[in-house]
Amino acid sequence: MPNKAPIVDIKNLSKSYRRADRLVPVLVDITLDVAQGEFLALMGPSGSGKSTLLNLIAGLDQADQGTIYVGGIDITALSEGDLAAWRATHVGFVFQFYNLIPVLTAFENVELPLLLTGLSRRERREHVELALRVVNLEDRMDHRPAQLSGGEQQRVAIARAIVTDPTILVADEPTGDLDRVSAEEVLGLLERLNQESGKTIIMVTHDPRAAKKARTIRNLEKGFLNHVPSQTAV
Amino acid sequence: MFLLKLLFKNAFRRRLRTALTLLSIAVAVMAFGLLRTVVSAWYSGVETSSASRLITRNAVSLIFPLPVAYKDRIRYIDGVNTVSYGNWFGGIYIDRKNFFPNFAVEPKSYLELYPEYVLSAEQREAFLRDRKGVVAGKKLVERFRWKVGDLITLQGTIFPGNWEFVLRGVYKGRDENVDETQFFFHWDYLNETLKKTNPSRADRVGFYMIGVDHPKNAATVVQAIDRSFKNSLAETLTETEKAFQLSFVTMSEAIIVAIQVVSFVVIGIIVAVVANTMSMASRERIWEYAVFKTLGFGSGYITGLILGESLLITLMGCGLGTIITYPAAHLFKLMVPLYLPVFQVAEGTLILNLLASIGIGVVAAIAPAWRAVRIRIAHGLRRIG
Repeated sequence: MPNKAPIVDIKNLSKSYRRADRLVPVLVDITLDVAQGEFLALMGPSGSGKSTLLNLIAGLDQADQGTIYVGGIDITALSEGDLAAWRATHVGFVFQFYNLIPVLTAFENVELPLLLTGLSRRERREHVELALRVVNLEDRMDHRPAQLSGGEQQRVAIARAIVTDPTILVADEPTGDLDRVSAEEVLGLLERLNQESGKTIIMVTHDPRAAKKARTIRNLEKGFLNHVPSQTAV
Repeated sequence: MFLLKLLFKNAFRRRLRTALTLLSIAVAVMAFGLLRTVVSAWYSGVETSSASRLITRNAVSLIFPLPVAYKDRIRYIDGVNTVSYGNWFGGIYIDRKNFFPNFAVEPKSYLELYPEYVLSAEQREAFLRDRKGVVAGKKLVERFRWKVGDLITLQGTIFPGNWEFVLRGVYKGRDENVDETQFFFHWDYLNETLKKTNPSRADRVGFYMIGVDHPKNAATVVQAIDRSFKNSLAETLTETEKAFQLSFVTMSEAIIVAIQVVSFVVIGIIVAVVANTMSMASRERIWEYAVFKTLGFGSGYITGLILGESLLITLMGCGLGTIITYPAAHLFKLMVPLYLPVFQVAEGTLILNLLASIGIGVVAAIAPAWRAVRIRIAHGLRRIG
């Protein structure tokens, strides 16, 4: 069960984008708590601002207003360099299109985030092998992304996301580019990471089947967060 | 180590494009190397000039002679060690296209003044003994397949008639910068023949070659010589051998400037080629840089990836270009043996190649690195799919 202490604490968050000469509000006065060990699904139609919210929580973008505390750190106050260092240790990313570096093997892709940690080569190897074992791909570690199926590539991406043991895992449409069987595998893996390892996961999706795996579901519509109770929105 | 591995993998991700880029750089580096070598070869006479040798000629022009009697007056000027003299002969061997430099010189003093022309003691003796004897450079002898003892006939242009010589010696350069295509014979042979055929031209020399006791005295000796012949019928102009050689080179300065400009245009072409390759590569990989940034890699690392790849490609191209410069220079040398007798790819040219390649690698990476570093992560990731 999730711990009640919020790991992510968002207050009065707003974000707009400039289109031509006018500002288009994408997120309006968002306030949200995510408890430690939570598995939250952010749902909503295209353009509702769910990916923008995820990017802000993950420190990939800058808010116009409001505060975002993650693990007690106000990431809106961090400089770009500090934010990069913070991301390296506190956030694991899973993207819709896997985003693996095509010239690197599965092992090397998973090893990437560890290059910033100061671990020895042997220690890095141990961490990578463990992460690949968790996603059940230890026998494919020498394969390049092009030699793996979509599902396998996404599992490598999950291994890369968890290899540094981050504070939160963010997943942006992790099953959006997968067939049903692969999507089930990936969702099962995320569920297991949440339930067995207590990982806090925030997932953006508009697939109701994916959202069902989450403990809590929040809906975004036109930049506003609806207070819809857990699971009933699906 | 990981970064280096990634640089190599990135550099050869599009093999055909990288191979063509490498080929372009290699050809351009070779062209740059050859052009710089042409410029060096042009100045080789100047570079190999001795600081302790002076040349005295008629103050009006080189084509006007000086009396041979000047030699004794020059010899007694303080600081003068050796005096030799000679004429540009301008003879033709069989056909005009067989041009090579040929001089009538006072042989003993000339060989003393030019120790860089290395001749065996026997050949030197044989040359000095035979008034019709001639010494030719090794490359010239090889070119016409002459052998010591061969009779060589030159057709005179400045001094009309058929002039017969016997090859008595073959000199080698003391080092690789020495011109081995020269042909020199006894000035006495020329003078005595002129006394019979054209006495008004006898006892005149084209130039004096003077050895000074120490290079630091050269300026004083120059002034002393020219002062000695002031207000005479044939005033002199004395200058260091380097200045004398340089005066010939400056006659063709426009060509040299043109060659130098072209060599730097070549550098510009390489910059454009590499910048184009790096620009295409970074545009294709902009999402990867966004992924790197997402994972926490900073701007320095992204810049390092692009700069490293650019440098890797240019340095590999430079290496390849340098390797092919040598056979190309050899071929070039065979094609124009007369005009550029000393045609060596200098160490300085290789250093210039290397520095130019590093500069090109850096310049070509600036724009792509700037774009990659500035791109917003969310924007970069949107380009996927």
